[in-house]
Amino acid sequence: MLPNFDRTEMPRALQNMRDRGQSAASATLPRRSFLKLAGAGGLALGTFPHLATAQAKDATASGLKPTQQPSAFVQIAPNGEVTVTINRLEFGQGVQTGLPMILAEELDADWSLVRSRNGSGDAAYLDPLFGIHLTGGSNSIKNSYTQYRELGARARAMLLAAAAARWNVDVATLRTQAGIVLGPDGRKAGYGELAEAAMALPVPEKVVLKNPKDFRIIGQPTTRLDARAKSSGRQDFGIDTRLPDQLTAVVAHPPVFGAKLASVDDSAARAIKGVKAVLRIPVDRGGEGVAVVADGYWPAKQGRDALKLQWSTASVEKVDSERLLAQYRELAGQPGPRAFDADMAPLASAPRQLLAEFVFPYLAHAPMEPLNCTVQLFDARAELWVGTQSPGLDAAAAAGVLGLKPEHVTMHVQMAGGGFGRRMVGTSDYVVEACAVAKAARSAGLNAPVRTLWSREDDIKGGYYRPMHLHRARIGFDERGNVLAWDHVIVGQSILTGTVFESFQVKNGIDATATEGMREPYGVPMRLTVHHPKVNVPVLWWRSVGSTHTAFVMETLLDEIARTTKQDPVAYRMRLFGDKHPRHKAALQLAVDQSGYGKKQLPTGRTWGVAVHESFSSVVAYVVEASLRDGQPVLNRVTAGVHCNLAVNPRSVEAQVQGAALMGLSMCLPGAAITLKDGIVEQSNFGDFVVPRITDMPQFAVHIVPSAEPPTGMGEPGLPPLAPAFANAIAQLTGKPLRELPFKIA
Amino acid sequence: MSKLHVNGREHTLDADPATPILWALRDTLGMTGTKFGCGAALCGACTVHLDGQAIRSCVTPISAAEGKKIGTIEATTDGSDRVGTAVYAAWVKHDVAQCGYCQSGQIMSATAFLKSLPKGKKPTAAEIDAAMAGNICRCGTYARIRAAVADAVKTLA
Repeated sequence: MLPNFDRTEMPRALQNMRDRGQSAASATLPRRSFLKLAGAGGLALGTFPHLATAQAKDATASGLKPTQQPSAFVQIAPNGEVTVTINRLEFGQGVQTGLPMILAEELDADWSLVRSRNGSGDAAYLDPLFGIHLTGGSNSIKNSYTQYRELGARARAMLLAAAAARWNVDVATLRTQAGIVLGPDGRKAGYGELAEAAMALPVPEKVVLKNPKDFRIIGQPTTRLDARAKSSGRQDFGIDTRLPDQLTAVVAHPPVFGAKLASVDDSAARAIKGVKAVLRIPVDRGGEGVAVVADGYWPAKQGRDALKLQWSTASVEKVDSERLLAQYRELAGQPGPRAFDADMAPLASAPRQLLAEFVFPYLAHAPMEPLNCTVQLFDARAELWVGTQSPGLDAAAAAGVLGLKPEHVTMHVQMAGGGFGRRMVGTSDYVVEACAVAKAARSAGLNAPVRTLWSREDDIKGGYYRPMHLHRARIGFDERGNVLAWDHVIVGQSILTGTVFESFQVKNGIDATATEGMREPYGVPMRLTVHHPKVNVPVLWWRSVGSTHTAFVMETLLDEIARTTKQDPVAYRMRLFGDKHPRHKAALQLAVDQSGYGKKQLPTGRTWGVAVHESFSSVVAYVVEASLRDGQPVLNRVTAGVHCNLAVNPRSVEAQVQGAALMGLSMCLPGAAITLKDGIVEQSNFGDFVVPRITDMPQFAVHIVPSAEPPTGMGEPGLPPLAPAFANAIAQLTGKPLRELPFKIA
Repeated sequence: MSKLHVNGREHTLDADPATPILWALRDTLGMTGTKFGCGAALCGACTVHLDGQAIRSCVTPISAAEGKKIGTIEATTDGSDRVGTAVYAAWVKHDVAQCGYCQSGQIMSATAFLKSLPKGKKPTAAEIDAAMAGNICRCGTYARIRAAVADAVKTLA
């Protein structure tokens, strides 16, 4: 849900945030007193304190950063239970299990005794590479793999040292086995017995990590640590936050983004039992809204529905999707900045020509847990409970609204019911709104925590969409399918302009998230012109970001060239990959082999479709079988070939690929589009913004290319190749390419 | 005053009779296992049992539960319900959940479906799909939901 950005180019805004993160942590959580804090939390004996006294003294001398201190990440109870703290938001992707697996591997823990808990705003839980509190870009396992291995190895070394001291033997004579230290002559001690002594020992800086061939936890298909809680209603999410005297707010948002109130009649709303206050508040994009605060969601929603509001929309742009598409078509013919260039002279004389236009709509994320944020205000500080991917950004934004310093805003990151990008917003829109509500409520004399909760309609209508895009391509190629020149134009809003990422991700007027996934890995001679119109519709990354549209364009066009020149689409791609892209080849070959492509006879009416795409450093290839039922495309079977280097938890990789693919399928279904008329979003709920149901789920097999290389991301890469593979199969069947999402069969 | 009979206990509520069961459970009784997803009976996240039938609690007022028994995820998976226990075990075994938010509703739909089957009846794949089609999972856990329901059928056979 983040672009693949280069951390060496991190701009001042992010550097500042890093600094704030550091200072916030030291201000809110003095490192030396953590032992007491931990004790107060009931974690007295047998735990690694945040920094044991001995370590605190020479913490600087040891050269270890907070992100490298095992005391912040692993606690061992006297009964041997190991609790691993995760530095990320868990919102379905499985890091809450994957990260503990990595640490437990090097700790040599007994997996059945491993638990997990959420980190805090402490500096220990910053992304070790980016230096901010962040979950996104399929980076969690990728960026924390070595970090968590080293943490586990350090803790293990400390336990071994404690055992050596207890038995007065050379540490070299000791070994570990699933949570037990084994000594010479059969002596043994559980980690739980040794933890208290171990925590007083110095933290080793250098540790030797295991050879991946000796892994016994990493690489094993492992059930999620939260599987039981999530199968019994016992898992709490942000929406389940319940503080004493807590109130709930529902906000009437402007029907057109950024509109202001002309008049408010709240008499009927105030008359509803349970309604405590009706508050006029500033909302996103300079607009205004009205919050109804009540002692529960139902009276708050009833109150909001009873408001009589008139809006002033004269000064805001009222977007109309059809008109916007016409404008995009016009813009596509204009000169503009180029992401890359090539000689277009061969176009005119190329033996074969292909002209294509693609249209992609706005898309809502629609995570199942509606957006919410609970805010409690005190005299000079605030506490927030929220499922967010970017607690640092949000805390800074909250502080701005509340007139506090960022270090006086405490973020309690909650398990989130999905996100797909919606929980990391440059403007922190729903967090800022919740703070504005809490502030107004406090001013109105309501001294209680307030949970601001969005309805599904608020979510679908309330903005932050994958931007609408138009692509236009003119390709010249020869009879062998060699591309001689490819002139390409992309029109769509920039996601990153106006965010902290703009200064290093938007260059020469081109947003890197709009072009990622173009040209490569095929190395075609492409000239790419990009237009980023300004439109009054808030836009955001959506699982796999730019690849949601670029993969579709590239993979369907390449397939069309193969079909036009009578080449097998797999053989054609393999030839283009050459020797330069072994991971693409391996992923595609695996999917081909496992699917029976080219060997198996398909039932009448079914065809094969193929696509392969790299995003977030992982490659996913799909070989699909599809057909038409009553003239509508049906995806029957999917075989995935995945190259994510080492799969830490293959069971989780399978889940992520299936889930991402389903979201890719969601782009194809009739009704999977957000459209606007007169500035108002036309869809409102799952009845008119269609998402896949179980009846849309194809037969699905996931195969992973074996590898011992450090893992790459898997939260997003399963999405991009699904829609083009499906489209390629249908095009094969109908003889007509599909160039619009959702699919339109003429 | 309204009376609500939930998981074998009777509660007296000072709430508008039009209040959906969902909000009486979540905001008044503090039972948060039942989830809010759409408020319009479109996604199934709020599924509970009313006299054994799967219903969408986000659109069913507490007045409709007068004299009836409500069953929620908390009781369905606490070991006291034979079918619910089998469904819970299958959900864990197949590692169904990703974000997990919709799974209370999925499990309640699956449990009601399995209870509705005539003794000895083994549902087809299409029947399982039809029974679960009212529950949306945005994470896309459907393949594992299918496997888990089929597995629970076996356990209960």
